[in-house]
Amino acid sequence: METSPQKIINSTSKISVALIGNPNSGKTTLFNALTGLNQKTGNYPGVTVDKHLGFTKFKISENNYSLSITDLPGAYSLYPKSIDEEVTCKVLLGIENNPPNVAVVVTDASNLKRHLLLATQVIDLKIPTVLVLNMIDEANAQEIKIDIEELKRVLGIEVVSVNSRNKEGLEELKNKITLANVSTNSFYENIKLETFKLGTSDFRKAIENQFHNDKIYRHQLNKFEEADSLYRFNVINYIFAKTVKSPQHITKSVSEKIDKILTHPVFGYGILFLVLLIVFQCIFFIADYPMGWIENSFSFFMQKAAANLPAGQLSDLLVNGILAGLSGIVVFIPQIALLFFFIGLLEDSGYMARVSFIMDKLFRRFGLNGKSVIPIVSGVACAVPSILGTRTISNTKERLITIFVTPLMSCSARLPVYTLLISLMMPDKQILGIFNLKGFALMGMYLLGFAATLITAFILKLIVKTKEKSYFIMEMPVYRTPQLKSIGIIVVNKIKIFLWEAGKIILAISIILWYLSSHGPSKSFHILEKNYTEQETWAESKAKRMELRAIYESHKLEASYAGWLGKKMEPIIKPLGFDWKIGIALITSFAAREVFVGTMATIYSANDKESNKSVREKLLKEKENNSEKPKYNEAVCWSLLVFYAFAMQCMSTMAVVYRETKSWKWMMSQLIYMSGLAYLSAFVTYNLF
Amino acid sequence: MLTLLKMKTLDQLKIGESAVIKSFSQRDLALKFMEMGCLPGEKITLTNIAPMGDPIAIEVSGYQLSMRKKEASTVLLEE
Repeated sequence: METSPQKIINSTSKISVALIGNPNSGKTTLFNALTGLNQKTGNYPGVTVDKHLGFTKFKISENNYSLSITDLPGAYSLYPKSIDEEVTCKVLLGIENNPPNVAVVVTDASNLKRHLLLATQVIDLKIPTVLVLNMIDEANAQEIKIDIEELKRVLGIEVVSVNSRNKEGLEELKNKITLANVSTNSFYENIKLETFKLGTSDFRKAIENQFHNDKIYRHQLNKFEEADSLYRFNVINYIFAKTVKSPQHITKSVSEKIDKILTHPVFGYGILFLVLLIVFQCIFFIADYPMGWIENSFSFFMQKAAANLPAGQLSDLLVNGILAGLSGIVVFIPQIALLFFFIGLLEDSGYMARVSFIMDKLFRRFGLNGKSVIPIVSGVACAVPSILGTRTISNTKERLITIFVTPLMSCSARLPVYTLLISLMMPDKQILGIFNLKGFALMGMYLLGFAATLITAFILKLIVKTKEKSYFIMEMPVYRTPQLKSIGIIVVNKIKIFLWEAGKIILAISIILWYLSSHGPSKSFHILEKNYTEQETWAESKAKRMELRAIYESHKLEASYAGWLGKKMEPIIKPLGFDWKIGIALITSFAAREVFVGTMATIYSANDKESNKSVREKLLKEKENNSEKPKYNEAVCWSLLVFYAFAMQCMSTMAVVYRETKSWKWMMSQLIYMSGLAYLSAFVTYNLF
Repeated sequence: MLTLLKMKTLDQLKIGESAVIKSFSQRDLALKFMEMGCLPGEKITLTNIAPMGDPIAIEVSGYQLSMRKKEASTVLLEE
């Protein structure tokens, strides 16, 4: 394809547009306003940055245009200092693909000076460019007057003022995109396109390979970039003086007053605590209702399918493999939606920057970021949305550590396991008259998870090395009313990403686990089935048949590959106080830890799998081999509790970790670390008793 | 080195205090600061200090910028 930048865009053509701007320029809101739900999310090759592509079609005087718009990650300049900026730089330079036909630089009209740095750099790339003065309403409110005609003249490109909140100026922007031109002005003497390539990591790598030491090169590059920025700002100061009239005293008093409260030593933390409480309550309790509906409708379909399909391998696969796997994916949607809704509110309003501001010092000691507080606290509900939510952390090292430690927080799926085990070994005793002993044990488990999270983060801080420079030099945006529609679009996109990218891994593992627990070495499996069918025909009552069925399923599981594996691994888990029955439960609950309770119910052929009570009774009756001592004593129960507190046992988390880190190594180290920690801690616990 | 130690740096400002940027003592941070609008000659005002004493926030060219104290100590100010 020929993409000569000088070419005038012809009518009825497809135009590829790149949306560029500083973070907080309202770029994403503008993108959502332009394209609505007509979006696609993909990946940039090799990095964990999401590629947002949106489409829009329109007609201007008999000519049809269709735009494909890329929302590039926010950047402050074309000299990249983060992965986000590097991606933006590469796309504009056309390093991996063709450069865009038109670059739209989005600026905050009330803060134009700083935003013009990136604009002049983009203009110097000699791509047809349009400048957007976004959030023009805020500039007007601050009595900032911008001479658009003059700005057009000095920059040499089209300039449009837009208010993406009420869609003012959107039509004009579309029109101007079709008219975009290459500026004949240049903002740094003799700047060449090639110069910008010097800063990208590919080029650095090439230099490093060639010279084995890029210190001198880096020094020279830094010197050049500094000179470039200084020069540009001199030009910008001139442009600014000619085109912008702002009142002497800038009144940002509202934001400052809010800051006085939100970053106050007492109220600041009090309000943050309240916000976290609300977020947590919503993803923990409110999400419970839709999750219940999803689970119920899936089990309804599974029952219907099981009843109507001819018995056999294929329908078993469909019902207990695929449908069960799908249910395990879809069930996460309410939590993901709610968490991203809240993160969207916090980000859009400007509060997230303040959370970072007041938490940074505390979290920095553990190698975390002030923004880690939201994912980590949400980890108590579910690690899956929390890990997806670490995107707000721009520092790679701090983000990776947050992803690594979040699954150590005790999530809601551990709750049924905790409740069952605690109720097995603890009497209903009151302490100090009002506190329940079991309540204390449960709280202890949550604290244990939190302690492990912080300690692990601290250890990782010492181990993990990244080449990326770590900054906290961060803009504190003014408070704004969040745009609900734009947040809604982001939520929908996040759900789509989860369903497609994590979903396929989860489904694959579900099917493998289904096979392991429903198939076995053929001979013994066959005899079992024959015996059961014979006995069933002789059973005289429905109750009797149910009992038979439960016993049959218990035997079937024992004879399956999962059972075989459980027995094989008994020597390994014996030091923890576990037998082969627990071994089977460990295997089946590898996909999701809450499956532990159900598997124990099947193994002990409990009639009613839904209620904890019947499993509990069966487990209480279980005695140690050739003795009268109960098998599930305190040592075994505590050992199991500690094991489940630390073990990964959640394929959805693993799938999401892979998707967010793009690294098998990172995912596997997490699995190995958590399994190792679980094993050692359970071993120590068992031997303490 | 001694003169550098004596120089007033951004992390030493008190809330409400203003100063003018002179230069930077670390090259790679200097570029980041400049891109964020902190240029030599620019007037800045310390607006906020986090409850635990770090990070801090300044007002520069009409907006608020936060940074850690360690980073602020590389910004040298005019006396």
